[in-house]
Amino acid sequence: MQFKKITSEKQLKLIANSIRQNIIKSLVEAKSGHSAGPLGMTDVFTALYFNVLKHDPNKPEWPERDKVVLSNGHICPVWYATLAQAGYFPVEELKTLRKLGSRLQGHPHYWEPAGIENSAGPLAQGASIAIGMALAAKMNKAKNRIYCLTSDGEHEEGQFMEAMMFAGNNHLDNLCFVVDRNNIQIDGDTENIMSLEPLADKYRAFKWHVIEVDGHNLEHIIDAFEETKTIHNMPTVIIAHTIPGKGVSFMENDYQWHGKPPTVEQAQVALIELEAERKEIQEE
Amino acid sequence: MKLNQKIKLNSKLFGDVDKVPTRDGYGKGLVELGEKNKDVVVLCADLTESTRSNWFKEKYPERFVEVGVAEQNMMGIAAGMALSGKVPFVSSYAVFSPGRNWDQLRVSVCYTNANVKIGGMHAGISVGPDGATHQALEDISITRCLPNLTVIVPCDWIQGKKATIAAGQATGPHYLRFGREKTPTITCEETPFEIGKADVYADGDDVALIATGTMVYESLVAAKELEKLGISAAVVNCHTIKPIDVKTITEVAKKCGAVITVEEHQINGGLGSAVAEVLVENHPIPMKRIGMLDTFGESGSPDELFKKYKMNSSEIVKQAMQIVKTKK
Ligand SMILES: Cc1ncc(C[n+]2csc(CCOP(=O)(O)OP(=O)(O)O)c2C)c(N)n1
Ligand SMILES: [Mg+2]
Repeated sequence: MQFKKITSEKQLKLIANSIRQNIIKSLVEAKSGHSAGPLGMTDVFTALYFNVLKHDPNKPEWPERDKVVLSNGHICPVWYATLAQAGYFPVEELKTLRKLGSRLQGHPHYWEPAGIENSAGPLAQGASIAIGMALAAKMNKAKNRIYCLTSDGEHEEGQFMEAMMFAGNNHLDNLCFVVDRNNIQIDGDTENIMSLEPLADKYRAFKWHVIEVDGHNLEHIIDAFEETKTIHNMPTVIIAHTIPGKGVSFMENDYQWHGKPPTVEQAQVALIELEAERKEIQEE
Repeated sequence: MKLNQKIKLNSKLFGDVDKVPTRDGYGKGLVELGEKNKDVVVLCADLTESTRSNWFKEKYPERFVEVGVAEQNMMGIAAGMALSGKVPFVSSYAVFSPGRNWDQLRVSVCYTNANVKIGGMHAGISVGPDGATHQALEDISITRCLPNLTVIVPCDWIQGKKATIAAGQATGPHYLRFGREKTPTITCEETPFEIGKADVYADGDDVALIATGTMVYESLVAAKELEKLGISAAVVNCHTIKPIDVKTITEVAKKCGAVITVEEHQINGGLGSAVAEVLVENHPIPMKRIGMLDTFGESGSPDELFKKYKMNSSEIVKQAMQIVKTKK
């Protein structure tokens, strides 16, 4: 049975809040991993898995499902936390992140657990894998859609530009990229390291339909995904303007949080902040 | 155990030995080289701190090039700079460089014989929790097959520094392999290091442990353990995988009659294969390869992974006991 869409914004916000809390809990337990990207992309993941996607957590291999490919594999804590929240596997398993013998690898391994549609870690590989899936879907006249989540930093890779060119050239309208436009990478701000702007124009030049959206406004994110379904003859990219570390004040907009987990004390503060946000949502 | 006195190893080797990541040697070596040679330039692909190239960047910002997340482009740019008289050091994780940019390494650098040096960091399974995607366990195989390319795996940070400096002073392409984790300091400033010359760190006559990189320490620990069990093990630091030191390897093989290779790398194509090639052609004897057994790694702490994947001193001891029994 297909996953039932959640339309209440309040409910979606509460889900996003739970996912953020679980990201923090899994990272502090792991003692290594990435904080900024996962928190920044939580709202996009929430919109996808709880409203946009055609999927069934009880039947992950359902052939008609929409597929999500994660190209910037290092943000997998949000993928794991979202899949667990949606019922793909028990939430308790999140505590095994990055531990010996865990299915929750530091960078994702295909189908560990079910729902993880690709292996990732080396940036830009997911972009091409998603294109392969979209191409095969076209050949099979399948109706499902392919969503590929990407980071701004990985647009600096040659493979990424090759992928963009191919998808536009081949009119892959069953394919949607989302860019986590958080303006950071490891060595600093993207515009200082390797300027990506004008990013939207780059996509347009490669024959993509472009939508820009506030990556933390659930209603707008869902509208953007709905719009992608109406575009014919070209792939769509949603450039999601996000705040890295979103929801935890001391992590927000600081590139230093790219690749480290919170300490036990920092996690406590983060969870207090997120719990306060939860109360606010409930009282809305 | 007969430690080679000419080698002058760290006096605290088996005591309270200090631990430093080998990649620190790369960072320090670059700074020293930069001082001596104004043509030395360092390129990095969004991993400045992890590769320790930030130390060079702080001192010589005008000779540091940030290319963004673009390893293929970085290798090509380095080739072009080398063909214009510069001595470029290309810095990233080994899985991406020489992993992703191997074609550019093969043609723009090696075929051209351009004077490019490649520093591959976070090599081996000890990168740990990041998981298999980030554990470079194939980089020795894919580099040692390339003509014109020298391949060096330093055993500690001091040797890492010497290797970086030596590579910068030598002409032609060089690949240098480094680890992320803090590992024991085996050598001192006075310890000899010469590209292409394997060093016998401990003498022995029952079995030769030929190791590279961080596994040299595990082999020394194993040799000490084996001594208690009545087995005399030689320990050879084979830091240069290519060109391999045929003479030294053949000599210890003749003396010991059995060889075990130890590396933090796939047993197929790495040090084990290189030594096997030497022995088969010169002095075939019983041999065992310790390393990754043709499988990918996974997330876990370095110690857990070394244990699970059988790359530590106790595994060496076990294999040594078995191999001496098979000797004629
Ligand atoms: C091919 C490749 N090169 C380098 C890396 C190392 N790396 C991991 S994340 C990252 C930063 C990329 O920027 P972005 O994905 O935008 O980071 P975030 O916004 O999540 O902090 C780099 C260079 C990698 N994973 N893959
Ligand atoms: Mg980014």
